[in-house]
Amino acid sequence: MSKLIQARLQLRRDDFTLDVDLQLPGRGVSALFGHSGSGKTSCLRCLAGLEQASHAYIEVNGEVWEDSARGHFLAPHKRPVGYVFQEASLFPHLSVRGNLEFGWRRVAASERKISQEQACQLLGISHLLARKPATLSGGEAQRVGIARALLSSPRLLLMDEPLAALDSARKREILPYLERLHDELDIPLIYVSHAQDEVARLADHLVLLDNGKAIASGPIGQTLARLDLPLAQGEDAGVVLEGVVVDHDPHYGLFDLRLPGGDGPLLRIAHPDLHVGSTLRLKVQARDVSLTLAADNVSSILNRLPVRVLECRAADNPAHVLVSLDAGGNALLARVTRFSAEQLGVQPGQQLWAQIKSVALLG
Amino acid sequence: MPLDAGELGAVWLTIKLASLTTAILLLVGTPIAWWLARTRSWLRGPVGAVVALPLVLPPTVIGFYLLLALGPNGWIGQGLQALGLGTVVFSFTGLVIGSVVYSMPFVVQPLQNAFAVIGQRPLEVAATLRASPWDTFVHVVLPLARPGFVTASILGFAHTVGEFGVVLMIGGNIPDKTRVVSVQIFDHVEAMEYAQAHWLAGAMLVFSFLVLLMLYAGRRGRTGWS
Repeated sequence: MSKLIQARLQLRRDDFTLDVDLQLPGRGVSALFGHSGSGKTSCLRCLAGLEQASHAYIEVNGEVWEDSARGHFLAPHKRPVGYVFQEASLFPHLSVRGNLEFGWRRVAASERKISQEQACQLLGISHLLARKPATLSGGEAQRVGIARALLSSPRLLLMDEPLAALDSARKREILPYLERLHDELDIPLIYVSHAQDEVARLADHLVLLDNGKAIASGPIGQTLARLDLPLAQGEDAGVVLEGVVVDHDPHYGLFDLRLPGGDGPLLRIAHPDLHVGSTLRLKVQARDVSLTLAADNVSSILNRLPVRVLECRAADNPAHVLVSLDAGGNALLARVTRFSAEQLGVQPGQQLWAQIKSVALLG
Repeated sequence: MPLDAGELGAVWLTIKLASLTTAILLLVGTPIAWWLARTRSWLRGPVGAVVALPLVLPPTVIGFYLLLALGPNGWIGQGLQALGLGTVVFSFTGLVIGSVVYSMPFVVQPLQNAFAVIGQRPLEVAATLRASPWDTFVHVVLPLARPGFVTASILGFAHTVGEFGVVLMIGGNIPDKTRVVSVQIFDHVEAMEYAQAHWLAGAMLVFSFLVLLMLYAGRRGRTGWS
């Protein structure tokens, strides 16, 4: 069975047209990213069957849920999806336990993939079971909402900006739980968001939606580094790298992180509590990457990687240019002044050294 | 004992009529209210207006048309006869049918409000948690609309107890069959039996006040009562 989610959707509303053909990996986290009104939520609602597109073909890991050409439409309650709404939307007449059991009871015992204890533990809500939803904080309610969706043993999890209604403290409270889902459960998750930091932390695959169309779709590392997309232009532009901690230098308190690729480059990271063997996700911002011709510059900068220039493009600010780089199979993005770029004679194919001033650990 | 057997019969008949009418209205009114609260059909306006007609029409007008429709030559009356149910005018059955029509808006409108307040979201949540539409209605909509059902039941019951014109038109004034309290009071006043009229009228007044008190006291302190 192919691990693939396919969704071809055409939907016309008075003032909006959605027309996408998505191919998403059947595992891991795919983010649908875009401004409000770009069609993210419509895509999600169509996948869940809450909205019926005029033309639709939806196939999830080998099962066809919808095929308008053959008049096939699986009713929403027959689709094995878990849906987390922007507001927790707990049933006010049921306790937390009642809410959790709502979907759980409606799934045959043989199809249950997760126990109530597991779900409660995963989301840290065991102490809330007897409470009524009205007495929960926004963050607690959303965690219950996520656990409730998990307990219906979905084969596809859909989350529609689950953090958007929360303040930043509550967001920080929930993000670690979402990361645990990503690490511990083998359920594909489609995550709708307009917050770049959430996407950078969680997503493996990124779909960029704009005005009802998918303008890009690909692995997050590559997609964030594409200069032809508006993402690269922003002040926060940067790439996401994932690597494994391979060594620890206790004398200097530094860890070595091996990036993927045959003999992937090493990054050195100063962080108090990392463990050798763990996988880490980092964000490297374009403005923190500078370029030099030679490796032997002595400076306080810890990380210096050999790179090959892929492309060079004007930035939104005329004094800057954006340079996309290949570091042993890993995409990097540098935002440097046009002056410096001309001094270095930056051009595609050129071998340079990238100095990375800082990296941000995600999660 | 201020009430004689005839009057007690009228009280009992009234309670029986109001209870049965309320029960039927909850059964019939719930799907109508659900449809009115959720449909986008152009029929919504006309159907809503028809349901609300008893609010503005004089009861005699409703009674008059019901008499024609239910009578031996009316289309409903003929249908009932064809089914072997006999004539229903000037019978308890006729009273029940009339009351159902007459009290319809008092049950449908609170229910419609209650359903509208619930909104789309809980239904969508239930669907994504594998609940079929009927399952959702029973386990999500009904509990959430409970205050609306309480209001609808009280109003439907109380309004049926208070009806007079429709009863007189299609039920007449037959002891233990169609003579309800409001008609009995009318009889007493006609016969200048003011003392008897006082007992029944006073009881109605107290009953109605208590019903409304229940309704308003119940509403207070609860947001979104219906």
